[in-house]
Amino acid sequence: MLAYVIRRLLVAVPTILLLIVASFFLMHFAPGGPFTSERPLPPQVLANIEARYGLDQPLWKQLWDYLYNIVVHFDFGPSFKFKDRDVNDIIAQGFPISLTYGMLSFIVATLVGVGLGIAAAIRHNSWIDYFAVGLGIAAQALPNFIMGPILILTFTLWLGWLPGGGWNGGQWQYLIMPVIALATSYMGSIARITRSSMLEVLNSNFIRTARAKGLPTRTVIWRHALKPTLLPVVSYLGPVFVYVLTGSVFVDIYFSTGGLGQAYVGSALSRDYAVLLGVTILYGVLTVLVNLLTDLAYAWFDPKIRY
Amino acid sequence: MNTILRNSVAGLLCSTFITGAALAAGTHPVTGEPLADDQTFVYRVLDEHSSVDPQVVEDVSGAEIVRDLFEGLMNQDENGNLVPGVATGYTTNETKDVYTFTLRDNAKWSNGDPVTAHDFVYAWKRAVDPALSSPYAWFMELMSIENAAEIIAGEKPVDDLGVKAIDDHTLEVKLSAPLPYFPQMTTHSTTFPAPRKVIEQFGDEWTKPGNIVSNGAYVLTEHLPNERSVRERNPMYWDNENTIIDKVVALVINDENVALTRYLAGELDRTEVPAGQFPRLKKEYPNEAISFPRLCNYYYTFNLSDSGPEAFKDPNVRQALSLAVDRKIITENILAGGQPEAYTFVPEATAGFTPPVVEMASMTQAERDELAKELLAEAGYGPDNPLTFSMVYNTSEAHKKVAVALSQMWKQKLGAQVELANMEWKIFLEERGNQNFELARGAWCGDYNEASTFLDLLQSDSGYNDGKYSNPKVDELLAQAKTSDDPAPLYTEVERIIAQETPVIPIYHYAGVYMLDSDVGNWPVNNVEQNWYSKNLYKIAE
Repeated sequence: MLAYVIRRLLVAVPTILLLIVASFFLMHFAPGGPFTSERPLPPQVLANIEARYGLDQPLWKQLWDYLYNIVVHFDFGPSFKFKDRDVNDIIAQGFPISLTYGMLSFIVATLVGVGLGIAAAIRHNSWIDYFAVGLGIAAQALPNFIMGPILILTFTLWLGWLPGGGWNGGQWQYLIMPVIALATSYMGSIARITRSSMLEVLNSNFIRTARAKGLPTRTVIWRHALKPTLLPVVSYLGPVFVYVLTGSVFVDIYFSTGGLGQAYVGSALSRDYAVLLGVTILYGVLTVLVNLLTDLAYAWFDPKIRY
Repeated sequence: MNTILRNSVAGLLCSTFITGAALAAGTHPVTGEPLADDQTFVYRVLDEHSSVDPQVVEDVSGAEIVRDLFEGLMNQDENGNLVPGVATGYTTNETKDVYTFTLRDNAKWSNGDPVTAHDFVYAWKRAVDPALSSPYAWFMELMSIENAAEIIAGEKPVDDLGVKAIDDHTLEVKLSAPLPYFPQMTTHSTTFPAPRKVIEQFGDEWTKPGNIVSNGAYVLTEHLPNERSVRERNPMYWDNENTIIDKVVALVINDENVALTRYLAGELDRTEVPAGQFPRLKKEYPNEAISFPRLCNYYYTFNLSDSGPEAFKDPNVRQALSLAVDRKIITENILAGGQPEAYTFVPEATAGFTPPVVEMASMTQAERDELAKELLAEAGYGPDNPLTFSMVYNTSEAHKKVAVALSQMWKQKLGAQVELANMEWKIFLEERGNQNFELARGAWCGDYNEASTFLDLLQSDSGYNDGKYSNPKVDELLAQAKTSDDPAPLYTEVERIIAQETPVIPIYHYAGVYMLDSDVGNWPVNNVEQNWYSKNLYKIAE
């Protein structure tokens, strides 16, 4: 298995490199540049700025310098928009925030989603099932850009229980709404996948055998049905994990959390090349790592899979 | 329900304030109003600011912070009039191309060092230095400071800039051309002093809280990007004694509806009112919903270059389209925030500007529509040969509403077939800047309170003239106005020509539409540039 992990990591290097090159050129081919503005800069001023950031160099040279600085100095370059900060700063400030609320959302979504799904499958066609299915569909139908304003209206304006936004170093009062807003729709999907997977597993031959030999229902569920049930859930959780970890632009916009999602989308709109590329690389690396972890998790859930 | 809860919350707050009133800081020295114990002002900003370096900052929300942290030669009062800042006054020569500022001797940096003329010389040289490559270097060029343009172009060394410290408290500026409104331009953040010692010590990190040293009424104490920035009273500020607000917090809230909710929940003292919601809020909160004119216009520009459609080359067609726009519907039904209808390019609120008598403004909409039909028929367009063109705006809900209304007006009244397109901001700017459009949205906010900041857009060789309108008479009048002691009649004449030739369709002029807590005193509603200084505000005890 160690050999497998090493092989996967080695393959990741060219993958990330390809990602950088592709994003770099895509970004530069998009119309408009970081200094395109409503007040077009006089040519001399623009020339000075471009010279300062090396944007007057040919593209291949810019790409080469960029890669060189990353590999040698671990420096992802300056931000063109936020002149007092560089990309390392922006990621160091935003990523821990995204990581915190993302991780919590992931845990909440997984625990509640799997719990609901299992309960619904075990009590198939009972009120618990209908409740869980209803809740799951409702949660999925409420995207976070609807959830955000609804939560703020309810908990901040009407009830006055929670602050309407901000981060404040991640105090719990500031975490509740972002976590609920981000977790809800994933929770709905996880509940739905768990329920249908569990129903399928409960109807399979080995479960019938387990029941036939007189095992109590609890043992059948926990010892035999749970692991195969979770297999499709895990493959869904992989990408979700990356998505919530890298932050949600909606959460950042509605709750002013200062996370990386907003910085990412903002950098694309303002053509802040270095920030856009820096965050893309971070997302790329995370995706590769989480995919690897997902694959390793498969082996644990399903002994038939060997690496 | 909403109001009831708010009232009960207000009641609770009141009772706490009453208990606290015994300890109240006192009363306002001029108005005699009782002052609140907590002198913290919290306001919403749409976006994270670009920088707090005075020579580098380029956005409005950044400039607001910089105006509190640093103080330039001159300030503006609540009506936008020039008042002393670090300079106590200035003199100028006969030809108005040399200005001499006298600096007060009690101005200090937040680390206790005196603010001297050398700090201004350093800052101004820094602004034009190609090594710093400030995006606002052009402002120094606009100020006509001697050799600014050549230094930016790399043709002369930075030390040739026409600014000199005669002694610690006398600053002399030489201009390459006479500029009567030069002192007004020294209220702009690019001209604020910079602390050389600190910048040399910390380099790019100098603006971080803890490192930053500033000479304004406040110092930056906290900055959490995309969340908040906090500035607190600078005890070294020369007028600290008369400053009332202790702490100013800017909260970044991207979504305006969320910002409004948080305002209503009492988290903010000021926020913008989302389009269309002003009438409702005014009814519910008559003392808090305010609207006042701003120094910005909203217009559509015709592409008059070779790549533009043939139809728009005919002034009758342009005028017909302008006449058929029912501005009242747009300002009252779509925006509903007290925005003035626009019949001139320059907002009426601009200082020293007398709008010409525009014929269209005095007509009823029915008369305008009638005339529009006649003009269009004269130009050869009618039911058999409908006018067809496309219009483009940058993607936004508000711009879309206006564009749809315009296209419907033209369709119903003139039978014009209009194709609507929207583009993401940067693409829009690129396409408009390269004349790849037929009719495009535009908006402009004045860089300073003078009509030329708008009319320059219609000068033939202006880099901002995206419609490529060109009229030698207009160019000549604008050139004359630059050095004239009384440019007002010249500007009026330019507007008269524009009204006749219609290179643009002015739609409306902006209004500042805010929810402002009624306990905030002295908000400068009459300052059309909205150059506000926290040191002039105060919080009244409830």
